Amino acid sequence: MTGTISLPQGLSCPLPHAAIERVQLGHGSGGKLSAELLGDHFLPHFSNPVLDQLGDAAVLALGAGEVAISTDSFVVTPLEFPGGNIGALAVHGSLNDVAMMGAVPRYLTAGFIIEEGLPFAVLDRIVVAMAAAAAEAGVTIVTGDTKVVERGKADGLYINTTAIGTLERSFRPAPHRATVGDAILVTGPLASHGMAIMAVREGLAFEAEIESDSACVSPLVERLRAALGERVHVLRDPTRGGVASALNEIAETAGVGIELDEQALPIPGPVAAACEMLGLDPLYVANEGVVIVIVPEGVADQAIAALRAHPLGVGATRIGRICGAHPGMVTMRTGIGGTRVVNMLPGDQLPRIC
Amino acid sequence: MKYLEEYRDPEIARALVGRIQRMATRRWALMEVCGGQTHTLVKQGLDELLGDAVEMIHGPGCPVCVTPLEQIDKALAIASRPEVIFTSFGDMLRVPGSECDLLAVRARGGNVRIVYSPLDALELAIAHPDREVVFFAVGFETTAPANAMAVWRARQLGVTNFSVLVSHVTVPPAMTALLSDPECRVQGFLAAGHVCAVMGWEEYLPIAATYRVPIVVTGFEPLDLLEGIAMAVAQLEEGRAEVENQYVRSVRREGTLPARELVDEVFELVDRKWRGIGEIPLSGLGLRPAFAAYDAERRFSLGHLQVNEPSECRAGAVLKGQIKPHQCGAFGTRCTPMSPLGAPMVSSEGACAAYFNYGRHRQAATVEG
Repeated sequence: MTGTISLPQGLSCPLPHAAIERVQLGHGSGGKLSAELLGDHFLPHFSNPVLDQLGDAAVLALGAGEVAISTDSFVVTPLEFPGGNIGALAVHGSLNDVAMMGAVPRYLTAGFIIEEGLPFAVLDRIVVAMAAAAAEAGVTIVTGDTKVVERGKADGLYINTTAIGTLERSFRPAPHRATVGDAILVTGPLASHGMAIMAVREGLAFEAEIESDSACVSPLVERLRAALGERVHVLRDPTRGGVASALNEIAETAGVGIELDEQALPIPGPVAAACEMLGLDPLYVANEGVVIVIVPEGVADQAIAALRAHPLGVGATRIGRICGAHPGMVTMRTGIGGTRVVNMLPGDQLPRIC
Repeated sequence: MKYLEEYRDPEIARALVGRIQRMATRRWALMEVCGGQTHTLVKQGLDELLGDAVEMIHGPGCPVCVTPLEQIDKALAIASRPEVIFTSFGDMLRVPGSECDLLAVRARGGNVRIVYSPLDALELAIAHPDREVVFFAVGFETTAPANAMAVWRARQLGVTNFSVLVSHVTVPPAMTALLSDPECRVQGFLAAGHVCAVMGWEEYLPIAATYRVPIVVTGFEPLDLLEGIAMAVAQLEEGRAEVENQYVRSVRREGTLPARELVDEVFELVDRKWRGIGEIPLSGLGLRPAFAAYDAERRFSLGHLQVNEPSECRAGAVLKGQIKPHQCGAFGTRCTPMSPLGAPMVSSEGACAAYFNYGRHRQAATVEG
């Protein structure tokens, strides 16, 4: 963590020494408790040469090329869910955003807004998960910040992360590069993250527990770069709003039409069942470890093979194509043989009455 | 997925579509009563597959759509009170009242929560004895048993801080009202399978006989709908007007007796106004006097509410099947799911929202353009 940490000497009021189980307002005071918060709960897990300088800012060497940078805030409830927690999600989310630009994620910043009363046991699990997620992705957390707010002013914990990645000139996927005739792939099963959260939030129990797919997808991007280079036209992580919203944005940006094949959509059985029960459409449900990949049809099989060579991409499959008809619109061939438009939603999906 | 994929088989669907097209000697006008059926028809593109054989007229069976504006305004007024936790099924939250919707009330500080069952609302009341928990009891006969159960349980457990704002409606009086309208074009009905799972189908016998219309109790999956349509077309071609049951895996002639008995114990028939259609005698359910203590309208003095229906909204004509949603002048321009003028644009079961979300108008524009 950056920020000057000077331990005030000669405090007149004795600090409580009983084991503190929960974050208190004093942990945000800048005083001794703040130093303990950093020293006991963050630094041991995040430690690296840049962070350990504890200067006012991190100093980085990024090479001569361009960098991609992206920031995202995470406010998910519950903080812990099957398949992950807010910490791992905060790492994956921002790293995936720079990976979608074709960048190799290198560094991460992390800001924490902690609500007074958050159990340290929970905070520790979240920080450990963040550290593990960053280590697995090969990135270092180089600077950060913590604030503690009064009970009721936040929902346990909010995390903001910013990811920095380095770019190569020859690998620049972008939505406007979607071209008529391209194939649309996804790297794995859809809608798991959103339904995992929904199931916990609503106390719904299904036969098989649904786990979030939260993961850093840069290994998949790296394989695509190695196999296809600049023939990778578009990479997109369909997070909030799901595949439907991401594809609508691509269709709009590139001025092309998109045709999906409903029967090709990889929706896991328990996820499909949960969606049916709640009246939700999995196309609009969030994913946190899946990439939409758009490549020329001629290399689609090669892309699928490259993706399937990595554990995260074993479910890679083709779901549709870019077409010249109906620019800006996403349509879908339904399982039964009809067609329909797949629109953007006005807001959250609302569960139906019956 | 077991019990779903069997009813979405494309080959059987094609065979059924072929059978309907071969049978039909003219274009028949059928009404699917339930919004869930409308949703499947439009989402799966079945109306398009049926081509010239059958015109599907979308019926009034969307509980969100027909809940009268007064009841929405009462919900908004109750939900705005500081002592209240207002609970509702999800898709009621965006239905426009005269001035705003429940989501706006929540944004202003009202405690509005989505529940999946009225019994969850009762649990909330038990957990928050210092608050008044109100459940918005809307829907057809389908949701009536669970809503009745919540009230019945509240009385059994002696929970006093729980009440329901009731706006229940029933299907048969609405079908009768539609058929009595001289402009009615409906030649046959697909009755709502879930409603009949509770109520059975005996109450449709006099309607079929009086108005000489085939009524086929039909499920909600694509093959259910196609089979129901095939059965209705067969009746029309043969000059029969009977009540038939396509949805045999869920519906028995007498329905589900314990559910009917519970509904009958808690609710009684009342006159009810339907949004866009008007008042239909004895078409709603209200709490019986024995359960009046759980009536939110009695518990909260709401005074006189002045309701303002947007004059441009033609929801009534849509709900009566007189126009298709995109034939309304405001459709897709001044009325969208983002800023709906009327309730059918809100719920995913509303015909207007189904047309908008699954892009019937945009497809039409592409073809024409």
